[in-house]
Amino acid sequence: MRYEAPTSINAAVKLLGGKGLAKVLGGGTDLLVQMKTDRIAPDLLVDVKRIPGMRDIAAKGGGFRIGAAVSGAELGEHKALKKAWPGVVEAANLIGSHQIQGRATIVGNLCNASPAADSVPALVAAGAIAVVAGPKGKRNVAVEKVGTAPGKTSLKKGEIVEAVLLPKRPPKSGDAYLRFIPRTEMDIAVVGVGVNLTLDAKGVCTAARVSLGAVAAQVLLVPEAAKALIGTKVDAAALDKLAAVCSAACRPIDDKRGTKEFRIKVAGVLARRAAAIALKRAKGK
Amino acid sequence: MSQVRVSTTVNGDAVEYLCDADETLLDVLRDRLGLTGAKEGCGTGDCGACSVTVDGRLVCSCLVLGAEAEGRKIGTVEGIAQGDKLHPLQKKFLEHAALQCGICTPGFLVAAKALLDHNPNPTETEIRFGLAGNLCRCTGYDKIVRAVQAAAAEMRKG
Repeated sequence: MRYEAPTSINAAVKLLGGKGLAKVLGGGTDLLVQMKTDRIAPDLLVDVKRIPGMRDIAAKGGGFRIGAAVSGAELGEHKALKKAWPGVVEAANLIGSHQIQGRATIVGNLCNASPAADSVPALVAAGAIAVVAGPKGKRNVAVEKVGTAPGKTSLKKGEIVEAVLLPKRPPKSGDAYLRFIPRTEMDIAVVGVGVNLTLDAKGVCTAARVSLGAVAAQVLLVPEAAKALIGTKVDAAALDKLAAVCSAACRPIDDKRGTKEFRIKVAGVLARRAAAIALKRAKGK
Repeated sequence: MSQVRVSTTVNGDAVEYLCDADETLLDVLRDRLGLTGAKEGCGTGDCGACSVTVDGRLVCSCLVLGAEAEGRKIGTVEGIAQGDKLHPLQKKFLEHAALQCGICTPGFLVAAKALLDHNPNPTETEIRFGLAGNLCRCTGYDKIVRAVQAAAAEMRKG
């Protein structure tokens, strides 16, 4: 195996497009474990941390551009980002220990394509965009279109996600992410729910996005759940509807962490709670 | 397999080495640089016994490649004491008997130091969450938490 640390995105794309299995090394918290346990044996690792901009959080167009190599710890320390997108930052910071936070990235979480990835439902709810660089140039992809199945992405040979864009925040907006795990820390989501909503001056929800993790083969964007909130004051009736729609959207499996029935039930409960937090944040409380 | 040439800084000292492309920073520290404080427990980032800092940031050295250390500043447990003078955390771990077999101790010290550098007055809950990435199978954690609290109190006095 070779190790390369290019200093431009074009050089990285060229390396990734070459012969053999090439993998992007960002934080390495999934990749190096997969190598260690012989699940993959790359011919080449392309360390992207030396590429300018990869480790930066930048204000862009009223929103944020988060470079692919920004760690969870760095996200958590960025006050403006945390203020604008608390749900996204909390979701990213739930992953693993402080040691893992020192390395793990949201782009890695996205591209590892686990349906239980904590930051992904929050990013999907936020309407985040992945900036993909490849042999044919750059393209923007909605984050919900990146993961296609467990461990599989829509990225083509030679392509790399160089950053995630978070959109500009309208006033009176809030987001939240909640997950269920059997422990208090250091575990994988049994269900994860991201909710993002915007209110008008009268407190009526004008826009919403709701996303579910760990209840299907990929992270789900649930438009019917958004419809349950839009046009309401996110009152008890709207939350009941939201919970029912989220439970109905689940297509989970049974595994050692939870049964299908449990996941379906909990998806509704967490959606309700996450929406309540997002509502509170949108009201500035 | 061609080796990678790396120039880095470990505990303030300039260091150069050749390592394999897939060799972890943990293996480099232990097998090439003779710094055997960091331990391999799980090798998959779960136990924290291999904790070190890279540019001041707490990481598991089993999940960092030796090649990635080029130009960075690495901190290991060997750099915590000042010569013969133990760090307050090391003293309090001894006084509180916060270890039994000792395999996890270097990782706990590095992680606890990173925690206190960031938050000099953590609550017990913050300490327990802050050290959740370090596993100990001997102590039941309580003595470790007490030692970190005592060290924090001493360090705040200056």
